[in-house]
Amino acid sequence: MKLTGAEIILECLLREGVDIMFGYPGGAILPTYDAMTKYPQLRHVLVRHEQGAAHMADGYARATGKVGVVIATSGPGATNLVTGIATAMMDSSPVVCITGQVPSAVIGSDAFQETDVTGVTLPVTKHNYLVYDVEELAYTIREAFHIARTGRPGPVLVDIPKDVQNAVTEFVYPEEPIELPGYHPPQRATDEDIAAALALIEKAERPLILAGHGVIMSGAGREVLQFAEMTQTPFALTLLGKGGLPETHPLSLGMMGMHGTGYANLAIQNADLLLAFGMRFDDRVTGNLKTYAPNARKIHIDIDVSEIHKNVRVDVPIVGDLKTVLGQLMPHLKPLEHKAWLGQIRDWMEDADERDIVNRDVGERLFAAHVIHDMWRATGGDSVVVTDVGQHQMWEAQYYPHQRPHTLLTSGGLGTMGFGLPAAIGAALGLGQPNVWAIVGDGGFQMTLQELGTAMQERAPVNIAIMNNGFLGMVRQWQEFFYEERYNATPMHNPDFVKLAEAYGIPARRVTRREDVIPAIEWANSITDGPTLIDFVVEKHDLVYPMVPTGADLDKMIRRPLPSENAI
Amino acid sequence: MKRTLVALVENKPGVLNRVASLFRRRNFNIDSLTVGRTENPAISRMTIVVDADSEKIRTQLHKLVNVIQVQDVTEIPDVSRDLALIKVRVNSQTRGEVVQLCDIFRAHIVDATTDAVIVEVTGDEDKITSMTELLRPIGILEMVRTGVVTMTRGEHVLSPNGYKMRPGGNGYRTNVL
Ligand SMILES: Cc1ncc(C[n+]2csc(CCOP(=O)(O)OP(=O)(O)O)c2C)c(N)n1
Ligand SMILES: [Mg+2]
Repeated sequence: MKLTGAEIILECLLREGVDIMFGYPGGAILPTYDAMTKYPQLRHVLVRHEQGAAHMADGYARATGKVGVVIATSGPGATNLVTGIATAMMDSSPVVCITGQVPSAVIGSDAFQETDVTGVTLPVTKHNYLVYDVEELAYTIREAFHIARTGRPGPVLVDIPKDVQNAVTEFVYPEEPIELPGYHPPQRATDEDIAAALALIEKAERPLILAGHGVIMSGAGREVLQFAEMTQTPFALTLLGKGGLPETHPLSLGMMGMHGTGYANLAIQNADLLLAFGMRFDDRVTGNLKTYAPNARKIHIDIDVSEIHKNVRVDVPIVGDLKTVLGQLMPHLKPLEHKAWLGQIRDWMEDADERDIVNRDVGERLFAAHVIHDMWRATGGDSVVVTDVGQHQMWEAQYYPHQRPHTLLTSGGLGTMGFGLPAAIGAALGLGQPNVWAIVGDGGFQMTLQELGTAMQERAPVNIAIMNNGFLGMVRQWQEFFYEERYNATPMHNPDFVKLAEAYGIPARRVTRREDVIPAIEWANSITDGPTLIDFVVEKHDLVYPMVPTGADLDKMIRRPLPSENAI
Repeated sequence: MKRTLVALVENKPGVLNRVASLFRRRNFNIDSLTVGRTENPAISRMTIVVDADSEKIRTQLHKLVNVIQVQDVTEIPDVSRDLALIKVRVNSQTRGEVVQLCDIFRAHIVDATTDAVIVEVTGDEDKITSMTELLRPIGILEMVRTGVVTMTRGEHVLSPNGYKMRPGGNGYRTNVL
């Protein structure tokens, strides 16, 4: 069968099981857009800005566990993807980007809309390709999907010159196994690794599991939970680990780190054994490395060898797939008890309850933490929540316990404002179910709000909840704590978000009182054939507690003051 | 302390760029990096001398899809060679001095004109450094060095053969540059 390069691209996407792609056309990718007319089974979602396409594909990938696909043109189309690609890279999200490039004959001549896209994206992709030969196209796309989804997943970009899309060749799908001599993701631990880990586990008196994104990506939630229950080991989660283990479980300590629970951080600092499962000791979870978990031996299981000893030196490093490694470890485990340790942790928890804003009567005022907690109650804790970046993101992490994997999608590593709305659209379209909530700040929402147009056009069932505090709240918080309350460039004059939504034909409401929160959420949930928006006008000056200042010891948290007449 | 890494990489366009970019963005200091073909046309070999934590560099390099193998050979007995071409200004008096130095260092004069000679000297870094120090007072006009290449001695072999690879190289150029 003779096909053009453009048709080959789409044939390959079909064979990878792709059913939806997010993109934006332009000169250098037009042959592929034209070929799409012959492939109606591939749904194309027209975004409003290429950054949105990258976040949508990322959100799709995080929600479904499948590879997300992006299509864009050369030059500005491709450079607009960069923030989205970097976001996916930092959070190990499998995304394949296909970009058009100027014809190969003029590459290097500063042709119209020419950018060295493989050069620009080199540091923010897991791997990338520039395909000069149509004969290599099918194999390259296969390889791209393979690399994106295996090992530690990540974004892969394939740049395809226009003449390669137009070239015609006999299409034979390459069925032979992929041979990449330098790419063999590790799987199993050695027997010595397992023995060394067991020795530490059996001796530990104050063990703690640190569960990261790897728990979800490896599909190891069940194994980790079994491990925790059998050895009576409490667990704390990273932001991206949320959902990997049921957070309402009695052994759960919630999130760790800068805005983690006080008791998770105290447990880390007092533990004698840390079991780091699929996490990378990011600076947002360790605080000061010099004083981090000073009394703990450390077992680190990760699929990426370069994460071992990168930030924290560990005693037993195990490079492999978490689910596989735990499968090797579990048969040797004996039931263990850690009563004194769990008792100690329970005492820390009680102190935290007293300070918790959700346990306080705050009168007429509406707090974002309350809105999010009510949302959790009203949705039975069973929504897929996508956040943006800022205070609201941390409150979601604190006040919306997740039970299932792939139910919290958030930009952790890069902290990309503008991620929330497009990623939620990608998730909603991928899942095809109407229980996706985007919790966004008034600041970040305005970075990608043009994607309301995409949500409308595609009738994406996403419920948008703006935590509208009139500030770049998280930055304001830093200015309050660390810059003597000089609020420079953080107050924001916002448009009327309800009218804005209505301009797009999206049903919208404003909520200013606590009693209206749950009815509004139920209203939004009742609309299942398209987007909704709720503008929650929340307390302007609230702060996310506890907070470990950057570089401080993990147990030196700034905590919410105990209740008094004026303090909130 | 300086560490030496040798790496086998796929002979594909842009691979040197990937390696160099990794060093820059991870803030690793490279002392020298040499690259050239091996007896397997699909694979090139790099010798990288660094002044940094070589374990971190090794694991990061290993993550590049086109990097097939990386070894830190610092602790393994090896032969290391750097080659320098040094053009020295000479006159009838100093010419003999240069010839003598070449004798001592087992260097060769590979080009000679009335006013200048080109000295070729091979050896480890120290040897080349001493040679340059001695030639400097005579008058060095220009100098070029290849950077260090390293091979471990005896049984310890880093062979570029036996890897399963797909033939074909994306139409265009087939070298790592
Ligand atoms: C693209 C981008 N620019 C800047 C920042 C720095 N930043 C982090 S949080 C934040 C404020 C977010 O404000 P808003 O979206 O209103 O959320 P809030 O903190 O008020 O909940 C800023 C500016 C960022 N994370 N991403
Ligand atoms: Mg805000």
